[in-house]
Amino acid sequence: MLKKRIIPCLDIRDGRTVKGISFVNLRDAGDPVELARAYADQSADEIVFLDITATHEKRKTLAQLVEKIANAINIPFTVGGGISTREDVSVLIRSGADKVSVNSAAVIEPRLISSLADSFGSQCIVVAIDAQFTDGEWMVCINGGRKVTGLRALDWAGEAERLGAGEILLTSFNRDGTKKGFSIDITSAISDRVNIPVIASGGAGTMEHFRKVFEETSCSAALAASIFHFGEILIPDLKRYLQNNNINVRL
Amino acid sequence: MIAVLQYNSGNIMSVKVALERLGHRAVITSDPEVISIADKVIIPGVGEARSAMKHLKERGLDRVIVSLKQPVLGICLGLQLMCKYSEEGDTKCLGIFDTSVKRFPDGARVPHMGWNDFVSLDKDPILKGINLSDDVYYVHSYYAGVNEYTTAVCDYGIEFSAAMRCDNFFGTQFHPEKSAAPGSLILENFIGL
Repeated sequence: MLKKRIIPCLDIRDGRTVKGISFVNLRDAGDPVELARAYADQSADEIVFLDITATHEKRKTLAQLVEKIANAINIPFTVGGGISTREDVSVLIRSGADKVSVNSAAVIEPRLISSLADSFGSQCIVVAIDAQFTDGEWMVCINGGRKVTGLRALDWAGEAERLGAGEILLTSFNRDGTKKGFSIDITSAISDRVNIPVIASGGAGTMEHFRKVFEETSCSAALAASIFHFGEILIPDLKRYLQNNNINVRL
Repeated sequence: MIAVLQYNSGNIMSVKVALERLGHRAVITSDPEVISIADKVIIPGVGEARSAMKHLKERGLDRVIVSLKQPVLGICLGLQLMCKYSEEGDTKCLGIFDTSVKRFPDGARVPHMGWNDFVSLDKDPILKGINLSDDVYYVHSYYAGVNEYTTAVCDYGIEFSAAMRCDNFFGTQFHPEKSAAPGSLILENFIGL
């Protein structure tokens, strides 16, 4: 049986791991290569690396770091942050990334998704959606949450799938960094709308939050950052807990 | 020397790096002479069947591959290219495995992406030492059904070939290079043939 995936996310800036509350007040949580190796040893199912400052600072994700990570771990990993062209993707894939995630650039130019899917295959194109609950609707926000678009998150997810996305990484911007739990409503709505895998992100604070998102939505994976980085939840403990609650995970 | 076939496929580096992590030297090459004298050949694969076959044919690599006598391992798309035909792009493939590749039907989430197990039919030396509880990493939208070459079966709503073998040709639908310890063991088993 296909297992539900647990994915630690490493936010990267200047080659180091950072995580703050709602993407500000950054704290240094270590060397990404060392952390990646530690997570692979702890049975993390995948790792996501996001260059969180890339979009507004126009910084390219470091291909060298990707190469070091590829050398260090034997599980899949995704790289995102500021990706806007085929060349960006090509460099990362050649450096050893299994998947890339696109966010703002795809919202601005949706055909980027189909162009990337045609060139590299849908399976390595993750569309990251940052969703913000505004005036009774979940809307897509871009540029690290600084700009709310007029696009409904549910519609955008459907469009991303139609254009060839292989997976959706859905972050609830209202919950990100709050440790109040995943946003069940939008995660459920998008998981039911699309036929590609959906990764739930934003708000994980306890093991119960993971159980709830897997029990109450049909998402394929759940992602978290600081609770893993600072050892508040250990992935092996989380997986045993989920297994004991009849959620199939890789132990 | 292990040759990793260079063609228009996505994860060639991942396979090379995985072999190097295990302490083996691998050469990425599309040179028919190098491929022919290699001790082992690996055909990695993330990509699309039609453009991959076109690429191989234009370089005469299709004929080189089918003539190989040393152990050959096709991974993911590599396995699918070894079949006779793929629905992906309505593509005639290499025909080593006399079977067809189909797209997953509606109903299941596609791609089949993530960690899943398989049942080994206990006749494939490269799967030696793998237990039923071991998960491996899959990411694919097309599959080869269970057939006479199947050596391991995965269940994703429908049963399909997780691994196949025909003489010196081996194939895994999953990615051993991304499958943690079980994947490393499978690569070691293949290299040790």
